[in-house]
Amino acid sequence: MTNSLNRRDFLARSALIGCSLAASPLLTPVSLAAAPGDNRLVVILLRGGMDGLDVVRPYGDPAYAALRGDAGLSAEDPAIDLDGYFALHPALRPLMPLWARGQLGFAHAVSTPYRDKRSHFDGQDLLEAGLSDLNSGLSRDGWLNRVLQNLPDSGPATAYAVGRDPLNVLAGPATTQRWSPEADLALSPQAITLARLIMADDPQFNAAFEQAMAISDSDGDAVAMNGTPAQMMSRARNAGGKGNLERRVAEFIGKRLRQETRIAAFSITGWDTHQRQDRSLPNALGRLSEAILTLQTTLSEPVWNKTTVVAVTEFGRTARLNGSGGSDHGTGGLMVLAGGALRGGQVVGDWPGLSEAQLYERRDLMPTRDLRAYLGWLLHSQFGLSVSTLETSIFPGLDLGVDPRLTL
Amino acid sequence: MKFDPQLADVRFGCGLSPLIAPPVSVAQMLNSLKSPDAIAQRFPVETFETFQDRVAESVRLVKLRRVNRGSPEALDAEKGRRVLNQQARVAQVAWLGQHFNRWTWTDAPLRERLAHFWADHFTATGKAGVVRRASTPYLESAIRPRVAGLFEDMLLATVLHPLMIHYLDQERSIGPSSPRALKGGKVSGLNENLAREVLELHTLGVDGPYTQTDVTQLAELFTGVTTGDPMRMKFRKDMAEPGPETVLGIAYGGGKAHLRDVEAVLRDLARHPATARHLAWKMAVHFISDTPDPALVDAVAARYVDTGGDLGEVTAALLTHPAAWNDTRVNVKPAFQFIASAFRALALPAEALSSLDEKTARKLLVAPLAQMGHAWEKPAGPDGLPEEDSAWIAPQGIAARLQWAITVPQTLMPALPDPRDFVHDALGDTIPPAVEFAANAAESRWDGIGLILASPAFQRT
Repeated sequence: MTNSLNRRDFLARSALIGCSLAASPLLTPVSLAAAPGDNRLVVILLRGGMDGLDVVRPYGDPAYAALRGDAGLSAEDPAIDLDGYFALHPALRPLMPLWARGQLGFAHAVSTPYRDKRSHFDGQDLLEAGLSDLNSGLSRDGWLNRVLQNLPDSGPATAYAVGRDPLNVLAGPATTQRWSPEADLALSPQAITLARLIMADDPQFNAAFEQAMAISDSDGDAVAMNGTPAQMMSRARNAGGKGNLERRVAEFIGKRLRQETRIAAFSITGWDTHQRQDRSLPNALGRLSEAILTLQTTLSEPVWNKTTVVAVTEFGRTARLNGSGGSDHGTGGLMVLAGGALRGGQVVGDWPGLSEAQLYERRDLMPTRDLRAYLGWLLHSQFGLSVSTLETSIFPGLDLGVDPRLTL
Repeated sequence: MKFDPQLADVRFGCGLSPLIAPPVSVAQMLNSLKSPDAIAQRFPVETFETFQDRVAESVRLVKLRRVNRGSPEALDAEKGRRVLNQQARVAQVAWLGQHFNRWTWTDAPLRERLAHFWADHFTATGKAGVVRRASTPYLESAIRPRVAGLFEDMLLATVLHPLMIHYLDQERSIGPSSPRALKGGKVSGLNENLAREVLELHTLGVDGPYTQTDVTQLAELFTGVTTGDPMRMKFRKDMAEPGPETVLGIAYGGGKAHLRDVEAVLRDLARHPATARHLAWKMAVHFISDTPDPALVDAVAARYVDTGGDLGEVTAALLTHPAAWNDTRVNVKPAFQFIASAFRALALPAEALSSLDEKTARKLLVAPLAQMGHAWEKPAGPDGLPEEDSAWIAPQGIAARLQWAITVPQTLMPALPDPRDFVHDALGDTIPPAVEFAANAAESRWDGIGLILASPAFQRT
């Protein structure tokens, strides 16, 4: 039997009316020992297709100016020269202290194997599935979920998908947590018991509800409270702190990573810059930069030094700007890396060149490396996954190639 | 697997109501689409034509500010524009209340479901200023009157709608060899956004038989389609790329640039068999199951092809297929439908919503919708809301639904029904024992009502 009065009461009632209780690991506290190692990984999905050529501008390429015009090194708010060949978009200036410390880096001209139809939604599905082909018949679990399946010590709180977004990159058989920092529960003790009862028959609802209970109950205020609906509403509404959602998400993740969580994923939208991207892209970059810096401050030095943040997008954009001062869906893109565990301060990748003949289909940046190879080597160094596991289970069919040694 | 009135209300309607009887037959449901739209009269929202007056006024004030830069007139104009924006913002929240009132009180609930389904299929919104509030007027004028008409008519009404032209960046797409581009100027060239989404989302579907070349050719064919003040569709020959363009192997245009070439390609795309399959599959997923019976999808697609995309007939094919009446409820209500069907089960008096001030309405309706995963009229992308149930059964979404169900009905309706009665209003004849028990055991009315609404039995369709 159980040692909790409420639980016993609840089980008795369930039995009385013929309900079964699906066992949930979340009814018991998570063991702190159940964490696979000390390293942390945060994956940010940049939904919409980030224009890598604008974020890290290859101004040293002789064909750049014809495609994109001036790189803005002497603009009023100037682009920042990184290495004499690439210049950083000024909206990422707040990250320059990280660059100086080797805690910010980029991999250029990367892509998933997705080609030609340039659909956001298929592109993101492939990015999150980590497969070569969505129709390969292989499991469409998220690749981060497969990582968990291969970490022997992972527990139910090892990985978090945070925000309102479904984040299929973490979906799959291994238990993960999903939450949005703005969510909270404040319920009467009796309602908690009865809610468990009504959810118990439906495994999907039950799992979601038990996760919600466990997280809400451990966020500083207990779920159970006696009060009027107005009082309950008021307490539940005050969850999640202040600032924009990215900031709150990053704070939430930071707090979890200081405890037993090792892997977290969230997304940032706003990259689909078809028009006047000189106006729209800085906004998205500002939110990315704020998220990274919030993670850094929330984690504090020792944990930040064990953390790698990697931001990936479904595809890059056309090499030329379009007729509206924006860019259309393309192919080769950019990966953003940050964190105290990073060997940063560099733009890695084989630069394919931007002359017409060097472009993919004469329109897009030619991808020279599968972004999964970089992810794979990160997982190898941070979580000890073997090359063969990575090439068969995590990213089936991928050839990892040479280790770019992204981490310290 | 045959027609069931309560299932009809839950799966194809707005949920059960204690005051409005469920339909007696599929024929009655289909006939309701042909009757006058009485509920829209009773709970009006702004048409797009009226909304254009707001845009016109906004454009006038922006111009006034520009020509009088620095003067008191400019300051007044700026103030006026802010007031205008604020009025539109308040109106947008009031229209959300009207949508809920329609769902609560309609006796033609299938129309509401279809209107919202197609509005999501043709997701569009404004990107700055007053037009950010234009989604409901667009739904009302471009989509709602056409839910039982020809799909091609709806496609033309939406793709060539100024809001869509604006949302998917068509307004500045200029043919690279058009007279306008040859005159020179800072920005001139194609913008592929609308062309790609028409093929991928609106018609053929991403698995459809098109290539990047078709996207580019369609984008070239679309050039000339733009907007003029105040937010009207305009065809500008001087922006149109000289033709012809070839889309899916068919050549369009080639003579003088004309809108009818754009209309012709849209009609051909609407009648394409890949479009029939794509739409049949999407309707089946939306209304019945994430993994629909292939025979049902085939039947709906076949009716689409046979009738040239007559959406009344297509809906009839869906409703008359035996698999539509499978009594296992697997779909999960999206967030808006969850709240709307709760109001319908409560028979929430219309005044409870129409009397809300903007701030309260945001707290009780808009913010909870966002927490449940639906940022009202702020779509994350042109693909609209997720169809997969797992997107809605997230812990944060389930928490938001439970918290809302326990706290908000009591706030809007101080005299809540007795949960022991309400469980029958909300769930009809399919009451799981656990929910019946909770309705009896809850220690307050609000807990009881909330638990019934949060139950999987209420949330699944």
